[in-house]
Amino acid sequence: MRWTWLLAGVAAVLVALVAGLAFGPVSLPPLAVAKEMLDLLPGVDIHSGLSEREAAIVLRLRLPRVVLGLLVGAMLALAGGCYQGAFRNPLADPYLLGAAAGAGLAVTAVIALRGSAMGEGTSRLPGGTPIAAFAGALVAVALTWLIGTAGRDRSTAALILAGVAVSAFLTAGQTYFMQRNVDDIREIYSWLLGRLATNGWNEVLLLLPYAAIAAFVVLLLRRELDVLSVGDDEASGLGLHPQRSRLILIAAASLGTAAAVAVSGLIGFVGIVVPHIVRMLAGTSYRAILPLSMLFGGAFLALADLAGRTVAAPAEIPIGVVTAFVGGPFFVLVLRRARRVIT
Amino acid sequence: MTAAVTVSALKVRLGDALVLRGIDLRVEPGEWVTVIGPNGAGKSTLLRAVGGLLKPTAGDVALFGTPIARMPRRVRARTVATVAQSPVVPPGMVVFDYVLLGRTPYVPPLGRESATDLAAVSDVLSRLDLDGFAGRELETLSGGERQRVFLARALAQGATLLLLDEPTSALDIGHQQEVLELVDQLRGDGGLTVLATMHDLSVAGEYADRLVLLAGGEVVADGSPREVLTEELLARHYKARVRVVDDGRGPIVVPVRG
Repeated sequence: MRWTWLLAGVAAVLVALVAGLAFGPVSLPPLAVAKEMLDLLPGVDIHSGLSEREAAIVLRLRLPRVVLGLLVGAMLALAGGCYQGAFRNPLADPYLLGAAAGAGLAVTAVIALRGSAMGEGTSRLPGGTPIAAFAGALVAVALTWLIGTAGRDRSTAALILAGVAVSAFLTAGQTYFMQRNVDDIREIYSWLLGRLATNGWNEVLLLLPYAAIAAFVVLLLRRELDVLSVGDDEASGLGLHPQRSRLILIAAASLGTAAAVAVSGLIGFVGIVVPHIVRMLAGTSYRAILPLSMLFGGAFLALADLAGRTVAAPAEIPIGVVTAFVGGPFFVLVLRRARRVIT
Repeated sequence: MTAAVTVSALKVRLGDALVLRGIDLRVEPGEWVTVIGPNGAGKSTLLRAVGGLLKPTAGDVALFGTPIARMPRRVRARTVATVAQSPVVPPGMVVFDYVLLGRTPYVPPLGRESATDLAAVSDVLSRLDLDGFAGRELETLSGGERQRVFLARALAQGATLLLLDEPTSALDIGHQQEVLELVDQLRGDGGLTVLATMHDLSVAGEYADRLVLLAGGEVVADGSPREVLTEELLARHYKARVRVVDDGRGPIVVPVRG
């Protein structure tokens, strides 16, 4: 990995962090915000010049949300890059094996059942939503794995097709629930379109352990993704256990995805496009793609969230809409300049 | 002396078809043995079984005296290296990185390549005259250059047994000779044992010490090129009309019209 790209990634994260903290309904000077951040570091004592109220906005309101955006973006981009390598398929995204559909059905069911139990909906999502989404995503991926590896054909294509079948089935269930509970559709959609609402540090703390495990395992095994790129047969000839490596990588990436979905709903685009952009810019080795995808994915999502909450303020644009709206044209731009895309 | 390859009573079933029906084969260290035979005879399957890439239905494969079934994968990968018939070319990968993948059996499971691994790759690249190609993407190379890179990755594995599945099928006659001469030279220099499959019978006879004719999943002839490349054997097993010309150096197989 070229150090310049790593530095660029770290710089992108820092820019996203400071911008995300400085701008909003109350805009603050970025330099003062940066000083406030430096002041948090152990052994550093700087006076930022922010008032107590402004510091509270930065540290208590915005910081958890920006950190959540960085974590979710990093996780989705990492999982997407990992899936693309493990399946040797450029169209793979973190939702390939049914995580989105499973979480969607579970959340829809929770909202709908809560609605019927209480008689009328409230404006907030029920407290059990993240747990339901997490469980739904994991159950769906496990189901896909069981079905995809049960038959005589154990190729990755069989697994991907099992993912299609499981996703279609669960999405049908979700649609059925939505049809039966039209009163809750707004809330369900607010979750489906993704959002980075935070309640203190709760969401970050919920995501952090799973994100740490997923990132640790995937980054540890990133060389094996490079070996898998020559195909299972040759990877096996090189001494690898392709199926076992793939199982571990996919399990870790799916765990991270499920945790991200649990706290942020369904945010598309980041998982598929960020790894591709990184690949076009910084080379095809997963040793570079994965860490850089985490950095750029995190920065991208934090900035997308900033756009989502400022462009149409005081209203918020769902972050999933922003990622596609901003990321789409940007991806086209990179695609036009790229000498080659993975095939 | 322990044989490099010992195949005994090997049977392999793929789906419903019994592709290999009891193969016995012995390859001595330093020997070059080429397996020939019509399409569907089981040549590639035999090579895959010797490389440990598929599990035999019955029978055994041993490499240098050790049953392959009992070899840990990484040990196996240091013992035998395979150049597949049409290896996957990972998009965008450069030659150095690709050849470096050959060091996988030496890289600790969760570690990274050592200076020794990098040196081994540089050494292989210069032995195969590929120094200038280290930073080139595989996709931009010609067929002959690519074949040398595939060979380089196999050699980087540091294995003493080299399995070549149709190593020259995609090459013109000049590049065929270049690659095969290279393999022969490496065999001499590095004490390699070569087990190959090949379609071009004259070329097969030119380079191999011994030919093994496979038909219908069985060994039907095993011997020197002169013993195996006969008009009678080829007519019977290839259903081909050929004339075998011997110019004193070895048999040359020429197809003729009836």
